[in-house]
Amino acid sequence: MKQFKTILLLSIISVFFTSAYAAIEVYQFDNAEKTARFQKFTADLRCPKCQNQNIADSNAEIARDLRAKLQQMLTEDKSDKDIVQYMTDRYGDFVLYEPKITAQTYLLWFGPFLLLAIALLIVFFIVKARNKRTNSIELNTKQQKQLDGLLNKKQDS
Amino acid sequence: MPRLLLFIPLVLFIVLGAFLWKGLSIDPRELPSALLNKSFPAFQVPALRNPNKILTNTDFIGQPVLVNVWATWCPSCRKEHDQLLAIAQEANVPVIGLNYKDDRSAALAWLEQLGDPYKFNIYDESGMLGLDLGVYGAPETYLLDAKGIIRYRHVGVITAEVWANFKVMLEKGWSNETI
Repeated sequence: MKQFKTILLLSIISVFFTSAYAAIEVYQFDNAEKTARFQKFTADLRCPKCQNQNIADSNAEIARDLRAKLQQMLTEDKSDKDIVQYMTDRYGDFVLYEPKITAQTYLLWFGPFLLLAIALLIVFFIVKARNKRTNSIELNTKQQKQLDGLLNKKQDS
Repeated sequence: MPRLLLFIPLVLFIVLGAFLWKGLSIDPRELPSALLNKSFPAFQVPALRNPNKILTNTDFIGQPVLVNVWATWCPSCRKEHDQLLAIAQEANVPVIGLNYKDDRSAALAWLEQLGDPYKFNIYDESGMLGLDLGVYGAPETYLLDAKGIIRYRHVGVITAEVWANFKVMLEKGWSNETI
């Protein structure tokens, strides 16, 4: 019973703590489409201060500012392209969780396909080599006769 | 041939080891500024000491300067303050303060108490100039050439080593002056 009380007390305390942490401001938009875009952007933009958090999750000062800026740009009817441009102009490609396709990121984007191609080539060569080996077992008539001769000789002895 | 194949794990180990070794010396927090080799963003922001005086980016064109982003809420800024005072004493390069998202009276009290290394201070209360500059946390220090082009960004505390590095860059100058 005592244990139960402790657990109850702890869970009540924890409720207070989470509410203190969840004090992330609420933004209102005049239509659902903008709300959806806001949610998409805050999920896809990386907080420059944090190593691996998007600006929706981060409580860092800079993430808060970026959310405010995003809200402002959305209410000003800025396009997605403008918003991405604004963010990368200031914080570089680091802020994008989905990297742009540039010469620097070719390997990142197309590397997996390259590996797949290499793997397929390897499989192709292995299969080819195996076929060659089975082919080489086929004998010409002269060899076959020789083989038969040897086998018969063995049987006789 | 199969004997050579036995070396594959060793080769893989060496390649992986090389990448991990390199990874040890990379600081993921060190981000090059997106504004590197670009002009300091245009702004019109009041001065810290005199709220009626509006500062602009033409105020520091003419000679290389350091722009130091600081705030009283930032503990690391306290740590680098003595180094900034020392830099100001050397007086080769003016240090310009960008007081970032701070309280005016607290900032003035700080300068009163600890000494003022800054030629002047930009009072960026909203942090919007900081945003245009790509600041993501104080302290940050920017090295600007005489044309107001950002040549280097240092994130974190200015130590004697960082300052020595800055001096080397200042002496060498920049070959591509026009970008």
